[in-house]
Formats: sequence, C-alpha cells, structure tokens
Amino acid sequence: MKRNIRSVRPHRWPAAAVFALVATLGISACAPKQAAQVAGSGASSYVAASNAPSPDPRVGLGAGLFDAKEAIWNLRLVSATAPPEAFIGVTNSDLAFKGKYAFQGNYNGIMVWDLSNPSRPALVTEFVCPASQSDVSVYGNLMFVSGEGFEGRLDCGAQGVEDAVSADRLRGIRIFDITDVRKPVYVSNVQTCRGSHTHSVLKHPGDDANVYVYVSGSAPVRPEDELPGCSAAAPWEDPNSALFRIEVIKVPLAHPDQAAIVSSPRIFEGLVEPPSHGLAPDDYLALEIAKAEGKFVVEIMGQTFVMPDEFAAMMLGEFMKERGGAAATTADSAAFREALPGLVRQRFGVGEEEEHDGPNPGPTQCHDITLFPGIGFAGGACEGYGLLLDITDPANPRRTDAVADSNFAYWHSATFNNDGTKVLFTDEWGGGGQPKCRATDPKEWGANALFTLRNGKMTFESYYKLSAAQSTEENCVAHNGSLIPVPGRDIMVQAWYQGGISIFDWTDAKNAYEIAYHDRGPVDPNQMVMGGSWSVYWYNGLIVSSEIARGLDVFELVPSAHLSANEIAAAKSVKLDYLNAQGQPQYAWDASFALSGAYLDQLERSNGLSRDRIASTRAAMASAERTSGSARSTALHALGSELDGAVASARDAAKVRVLAASVHALASAN
Amino acid sequence: MSLFTTRVAIPAMAVLLLASACTGPRVATQGAERVEAGTTNIEGASPELERLFWARHQESVARFVQADVDFMTGMIAHHAQALVMSRLAPTNSASPSVATLCSRIINAQQDEIATMQKWLRDRGQAVPEIHIEGLNLMVHGVGEHHHHMPGMLTQAQLEELAAARGAEFDRLFLTYMIQHHTGALTMVNALFAADGAAQDDATYKLAADIHADQVTEIARMELMLSRTTGGSR
Repeated sequence: MKRNIRSVRPHRWPAAAVFALVATLGISACAPKQAAQVAGSGASSYVAASNAPSPDPRVGLGAGLFDAKEAIWNLRLVSATAPPEAFIGVTNSDLAFKGKYAFQGNYNGIMVWDLSNPSRPALVTEFVCPASQSDVSVYGNLMFVSGEGFEGRLDCGAQGVEDAVSADRLRGIRIFDITDVRKPVYVSNVQTCRGSHTHSVLKHPGDDANVYVYVSGSAPVRPEDELPGCSAAAPWEDPNSALFRIEVIKVPLAHPDQAAIVSSPRIFEGLVEPPSHGLAPDDYLALEIAKAEGKFVVEIMGQTFVMPDEFAAMMLGEFMKERGGAAATTADSAAFREALPGLVRQRFGVGEEEEHDGPNPGPTQCHDITLFPGIGFAGGACEGYGLLLDITDPANPRRTDAVADSNFAYWHSATFNNDGTKVLFTDEWGGGGQPKCRATDPKEWGANALFTLRNGKMTFESYYKLSAAQSTEENCVAHNGSLIPVPGRDIMVQAWYQGGISIFDWTDAKNAYEIAYHDRGPVDPNQMVMGGSWSVYWYNGLIVSSEIARGLDVFELVPSAHLSANEIAAAKSVKLDYLNAQGQPQYAWDASFALSGAYLDQLERSNGLSRDRIASTRAAMASAERTSGSARSTALHALGSELDGAVASARDAAKVRVLAASVHALASAN
Repeated sequence: MSLFTTRVAIPAMAVLLLASACTGPRVATQGAERVEAGTTNIEGASPELERLFWARHQESVARFVQADVDFMTGMIAHHAQALVMSRLAPTNSASPSVATLCSRIINAQQDEIATMQKWLRDRGQAVPEIHIEGLNLMVHGVGEHHHHMPGMLTQAQLEELAAARGAEFDRLFLTYMIQHHTGALTMVNALFAADGAAQDDATYKLAADIHADQVTEIARMELMLSRTTGGSR
C-alpha cells in the first residue's frame, strides 16, 4: 500500500533538509485547519481551530495519588470517586454499562456504580473475586468476566494458587447472573488454554437465543495437566494446538450454564505476508535525504533500501568492468543508476519463490477483537497484525484483510467509525506498563493507526498519538476508547493511561486533531507506579473513565470552538440500553432541533453553505421551535424544501442534503 | 471540588501567520480557549485510604519467590545483550526497516531493564548493573550465571555480527535476534512453570508483556528475514 508523507518533524531535521524535502516531495506545511464556531456567542464568530492552550498545560503536572495537579480542556470533571477499601491499591481495569449502572473491573473483582447522579456515583456492589484483568461485559442479565493471571480461583477465593498446575485455578471466562446487580450469582465458567486477557460479546442481529463470546488470550498456553487438551505444539505437529486460533464461546441465553466453546477459528491461516504499509515517515525522509546525497537506492522484494556505500562501490566497479572503463565518470554513474534495478533483480532474484523452513501461520493470538455487528465486521488486533473479519456467521469469523505496520509493536484494539468506512487500531507498545509518551518517543510508536475501509479492505491513512509529552514516571501508550455520537463527524475519546484522556476528531483520517483532554500528574513523583485511565467510554451523555489507581472519573463535554452546544446535545440524544465497547453499537439519531442544528453548525464551520442561507436557516429553525403542532410541522417542511433547493449550489452538497433530510424528519416527527 | 481558571491567549501574530500561510476558512483573532488546571478533590479519598493504597502496594511487592528473582536477574543481562546487538545498526549499514526495529528494541528493552532493576531494588535483592563497551557486556552486582541463558549469542557470534555490513548485517541480525528472543520465551515459560512464581500482578504482567512482545517481534523478524534474503541465499 502506498503512503503519502504528510507529517514532518522539523526539530529532528536541519531546516535546509526539510525545505528541500518539502520542495521535492510537495509536502504541505499546512495541515488543513478548520475554523470553528464559538458556541453560545452568536452565529458567526470564528477562531482558529488550532487554539489549543500553549504551552501544553499537561506537561510537567505535579504528582500525587489523590492530590495530583490536573489540566483539563473543553471538558468538565463531573466527579472523581476513589475505590472502596476492598479494591484500593489493586488495578482498576475495563468498564461496561447497563441502564444506569457502570460495571468496573478490578483485579480483585467487580464494582458496580449507580450513575443516576453523575456528580456523586453510588457504589452499589463490591464483588470480590480476584483475577486479572477482570475485563467485564454485560448482556441482558448476564455478566462476563475475563481471568488470565495465575491467582484466579474457581471459588473466587483471594488466597491465590501457589502450584504451577492446580485444579483450583480459573483462567478463562466467568459467567454471572446479575438479575440483582447487588448480588451477582456465579453461573458457570469456561476455561480456555490461554486464559482470557480480554473478550468481546457478540449479539448477532439474527440470533436472539444466543450470544457469542470471542476470547482473546495472549499468555503462554497452560500445561495439559491443568487443562486437558491444551497443546502448545505447532499446528502442523498437533492439529489441536492452542496457538494460531481464537476461541468462540456460545452462550445459550436460556441456559447460560451450558456455555461452551463452539469453535476455535484459525483466522490467521495463510497469513504469511499481508500488505504492509512499510516504512515510517522518518524512514522515507532518510531515504529522500540519502537520494539527495546521491546514494543509490534500490527496491528489493517490495522494500526500499539505501545501498551501503561499499556495496554500491563494488557493484559500480563490476558495472565499469563490464563496460570496459577504468575510473567511473558522471555519465557512467548515471548509466549505472539506470541499470541498477535490473542488476538488483539479477542479484537478488526478485520474483523467485521464497524459501520457507516451514509453514508460517502468522500470529498465534489476538489481544482484542472489536465486533461491529452493525456492519457485519470485526477488527482483530492480533500481535503484529490488524485483521478485518467478516462476522456474519458468528461462530465462523472469516478474515477479509490484514495489515501490518513497521511502526506498530503490538496491535492492541480496534474502533470503527459509525458508518464503517474507517477503522482505528491502537498499538499498545510496551504493554501499558511503560512510559512511551516521553518527548523522545517517536510519534508513530505506541500510537493509533487510522485506516479507511472499502469493500472489506483497509488502506492506511495516518497516525495519531497523544501530543503532550509525559514523564518517565507515567505509564503511557494508546489504549481503550469509544466513539462519541456526534452526528456527521468521527469523534473518539481515548485513554492513554497516565497520559490522561484525549478526545480527537478523525473525520479526515489523514488529519486527526485533538479537541479536548484531561490529564493528571504521576501517581508518585519518584517512581513509576501504575495508574491513569485504563479505558474511557462515552455512555448516554457521560464520559466515564476507569482510573487504574484513583477510581472512577466522570466527565461532560463543554461547548468549544471545536464542538458546538448543538453537537453535544445531539450526541446526548443517543441513548443505549447497555454498552460493551468491544461490541461496538452503531449509533442512530432521532430527529431533533439539536441534530439539525449540529449539521448547520458544521456547515458554518466548514463554509459548506452560504452564510446568508445559514443565517436564514437558523432563523427559520428558531421560529419553528417556538411554535408547535401542525404549524411547526408546516414550517419545518417548508424549510426542508428550501434546503433541498440549496443542495446543488452548496459547497458541501452532501451535508446540506443530510441537513435537509433531518429537517424533514423533524417536521414529520411533530 | 476546587478548580482555578487561567486564560491562555493565542498570539495574534501566529494566527495571522497561519491565516496568510494557508488557504482555508476565514480566521479571526478572537476567543482564546479556556483552560482549567488545578486539583480536584477525589470523593472518598482520605489519608487512611492513601495509606492503604501504599500498604497494598508493599504487600504485593513482598509476594515473590526465588524463581521470580532469578527471572528478573537473568532477563536484565539477556536484554542487555539485545542492546549490544541493536546498537550496531547505525555503524553496520542496516536497512531502514532493520534500523527502525533496532531503535525500537533499544527503546523497549532499556525501559524493561529499568523496570526489572526497580523490581529487584524494591524487593531488597541484588540489582545487576549493566555496562556495555562495544561488544563487551559486563554485568555487575550479581553472579556470572547470565552467560548460560537460552538464546544468548556466543562472543564469536557477536563478533561475526559486528563484522557484517548492509544486507549481510540485516540477515545475521534478524537470524540472531530471533534466536535471542526465542531464548527469552523459554525463560518466561520456565518462570510460569515454577510453583508460586508470577503470582503478583506486576511480575505476571512484566513477564507476560515480554512474552507477547517478543512472540510478535519474532514473527515480524521472520517476515523481514524472508524479504531481506529474497530467497537468493
């Protein structure tokens, strides 16, 4: 796959080199910047969108467990609540939601919070049942919890399991009945060969009798003495190998006690060499600099290399010998440059069959799989690969595409945009326990990679990484997040451990930019103590973050130049009955004044519609909102028709069409 | 909840420059973003709860067996040899993709060495300090058992690698780093097979992360190796 160079980091390159590159490669020094409306300050006030606070207040925040300094931008911290005694000092992990409740995993068990009053979340359940990572999901009256570490016990005891092989150990999925959320009842468990690091619950639109749990486990395979049938042998030696496969558990909703592994799809099979988008921007720059210096650059097996000087000299010598010359002239050198691809083909045998010592079955496991039944696809983050899976047959996922990336250490998780035209993968470089957001860490490492999606294939577009440099005392890397249902835009909130939470717009997958954030200083000023946001998700108007050390944070969006009051209100109009972020819901918006207003604000921000038309539409909407019944309906239909007529001449015709449709829908709803 | 508020103005000059340098929507110089910074009171937090947090932290630190100590001690030296190997990339004309890999190995394993040294220090154990001079790796503060760890290159292999250039360096580096990483996996598997080992979350996480990272990196290096050699060797 081809990639364009878009980002340069001038501080790492001499200015002259950068200007030369800009000239030769046509790099634009201006990423498209948008102007934005200042919400609540009249119809047409603009500020530059790049008005992030400078210097970045997140850099150098003071440390403390409960009294760290904080920086917050375009967000309001509604509440911050410490964990109870039974869970303090033990890692808080992932979140799930049902109704008014948030389910927070902790390596000691599960906490359930009532969010009815978000400024004072009420802890309603402290359920102690130790096992890392306690990744949690809910469906109906069931709760699923992942167990991976060695200390998990079948009986939920806290004493651990000392023996390396033990009948007391639980590594896999625990299933609880939460008909009464205050009293979870252990229904059953499904043990798996590699335990369950994370899992994802799939509710297939066509199957109301079952849910499917996709189990991801990245730990080494358990001893066969502990769980019969577990084999760590290569699959060509043992067809039942626990490597190179995922596990799918089928849970009959009427009989959850009968949950069992229904298939172990080998979704990696034949994954020998996926298309790679290859080199990093820095690599390309290095190549261009090498070219500018007159070095010889060759392509071997689809990879571009700078030819080492001594090797180039040797080949040039051979070339000269064949031409009968003695000392190479400029003309000889040019002829050599021209002949080089052919010589390289001869020497390296491009096109010949590669030798393989044995089958190369690709990754052995996935870290996380995000299921998006709304579009029938899943994004699998699997060791060195990002996979796209067709999940229309839930027990038999089928791979449609795979990408690799030389900048990605460890593919961790995936999030789709709402219409399924893009997917974002995270790279949990260092596993989450390392400080990978220092000023010296490359922006392409431990970042998000953004892809566009078309016909089941992925195309790389760009990277997005937290921009605020963090200290060596702060574990920081890309981690869990979710979409915020702002209509017409792709906006995501994401956890970066002690890098805090970052909200960014990736509507243009080539130019993601940050629009809000919150960050605290390190837990400890002198040493790295695990902390920060494990995961942060939007749920029914709230942004809820699981803070590893400090508990539960709840935020609200604040209108800003980047996000209008209408856009926030439209996002809040989307109500879910439950949420497991790894079983991604597809958002749908009911007609509302906020929804139409959000589209109108976006058109104003992008100059997508004439200013006069925007002003008259605002006035017409305000006037319609003051009426009711058939008067309102008539007025809105008239406005909708006017907007229909404005589509053709608008700069952003597609969005005006969406706006017009939303106004007609609002008319019909009244 | 106590917050204090500061206002940050965008330098008007920068905005004007931006406006003139880029074509795009109209830009006006008004309205700085509001920034709030300070400290939020955390509901339920108390000095007692904070004491409990650190006490739990100490409790988990105290939960280890000799196999854990041996693993950390050995892995520090094992990682250190990966640094020796990776630092050759710039001088030995590694290809860009191998050079990138080497930079990442250096970054990742340096951090992990620091984590493992801290792990040992926190538990009152002898902490190996590493000292690298060219191809010579010296580990101070512990016994000499690191030479026998699985996957470690012999001095002859190191010298062979150091003498290689360009494509030959790539090939040898990938071959030897796959051997080296495979040895690390053996060490993690041995740790997990020991009774009582890796019971503490921090220990388990570190070992499991090393395992996951290196399994992934081995697969990537195998792919790179098959590309780099192009089937011609």
